[in-house]
Amino acid sequence: MGYGNPPDEPETGAGSDAPPAVRPLSATAGHVVPTWTSGVTDNALAEYLLRLGDDRLVLGQRLAEWCGHGPILEEDIALANISLDLFGQAALLLKLAGETEGKGRDEDALAFLRDAVEFRNVQLVELPKGDFGFTIARQFLFDAYSELCYAELARSTHAELAGIASKAHKEIRYHLRHSTDWILKLGDGTPESHARVQSAFDDLWRFTGELFESDDVDRAVAEQGIGVDPSTLRPRWRTRVEAVLAEATLRVPNDGVMASGGRRGRHTEYLGHMLAEMQSVARAHPGAQW
Amino acid sequence: MTSAFAGGTADVWAALREVPDPEVPVISVVELGIVRDVAVDGDAVTVTITPTYSGCPAMREIERDIVAALEVRGFARVAVRTTYTPAWTTAWIDDDAREKLRAYGIAPPGPPEGPDLIPLRRRRVVPCPYCGSERTTLRSEFGSTACKAIHFCDACRQPFEEFKAI
Repeated sequence: MGYGNPPDEPETGAGSDAPPAVRPLSATAGHVVPTWTSGVTDNALAEYLLRLGDDRLVLGQRLAEWCGHGPILEEDIALANISLDLFGQAALLLKLAGETEGKGRDEDALAFLRDAVEFRNVQLVELPKGDFGFTIARQFLFDAYSELCYAELARSTHAELAGIASKAHKEIRYHLRHSTDWILKLGDGTPESHARVQSAFDDLWRFTGELFESDDVDRAVAEQGIGVDPSTLRPRWRTRVEAVLAEATLRVPNDGVMASGGRRGRHTEYLGHMLAEMQSVARAHPGAQW
Repeated sequence: MTSAFAGGTADVWAALREVPDPEVPVISVVELGIVRDVAVDGDAVTVTITPTYSGCPAMREIERDIVAALEVRGFARVAVRTTYTPAWTTAWIDDDAREKLRAYGIAPPGPPEGPDLIPLRRRRVVPCPYCGSERTTLRSEFGSTACKAIHFCDACRQPFEEFKAI
């Protein structure tokens, strides 16, 4: 199903009213695999921003599940703080995505009123939180990616995105230091902690490929200097991950078959359950304000 | 009630210097460095602020406090807008404010890091705000608010907070 439901796909019969600048996509052909060859339309950018925002929203929600359940008080606070930063970043990115899309959806509508198939996050971030070792291993893998991503986006030609990224970059560097410290402690710790965190990396590895997949949307926004082509980040990410795992006496898992599909709305069975809980209040009380 | 006097840009800055940060009330929002611009037009004023962290939960309260402080001074129309560039940095906290933080029991932020690669093992010294000892241990990278970390002083046996340098 291509990219799901591109927001600018005209309703049947409404095509004549569509602004001429918007590509008609292939809606009339009955299948939707848009090619963004004539430059970045707002919809490619909106799609790109949704991917950025959804990664952080979903991961933030998984971290928030530790609130009140952290292994020690300091980590309970740490995971909630990191979650808060991710929610803040997600709110800014989804707000911008909604404005770019131009259909009147704000960040709350995008967060709370979409179903799983409309989410564009990688599957890595939606996996259940597991034990503390699993949560930290996932966080480290994502932080290392996100730090590189934001460093590039801080130089985006899109002023607002560059502003969000330069701010978020400072926050993510702090997160990366925290998760790096824990990988060193757990990997180079007791036999129990070493085994658990190694097992976490082994289980997580096949979900890391999706972080660096790129498609027409990524390439289009990268060509315009707005976004970053994720595939270009992989060598630096790999260098960083290998260095930390080696220092932590951990083994880098072998690359095998990689999970894929989140960017196109294909998710694990876990996302729907997570969203059901996350969205329940907003859906039970439509339009409610704090 | 007499007609409001409102005022100029300098009056607005003076008023904002009396608005405390809700999480760290010993310094003002101006000293914290989050007030980026003030524009006065008659009895209307626009204050531009920037958040310390993307998800800082105190931003709305800060906006309300700014509006209240300026309305009291006679500005009929107060607008608070938020900007994200340039990104807030602890380098904007001046020396006076740093001393106030230290006296309040919060270690002031060190110099922000450069953009170079993050070291694998970091051991920076954060002196105790109570006794000045450098024999301190990081207990948690995160504290009671997004902007603070928790340390312990091995000399005077006091836990203390650090304003994180970003």
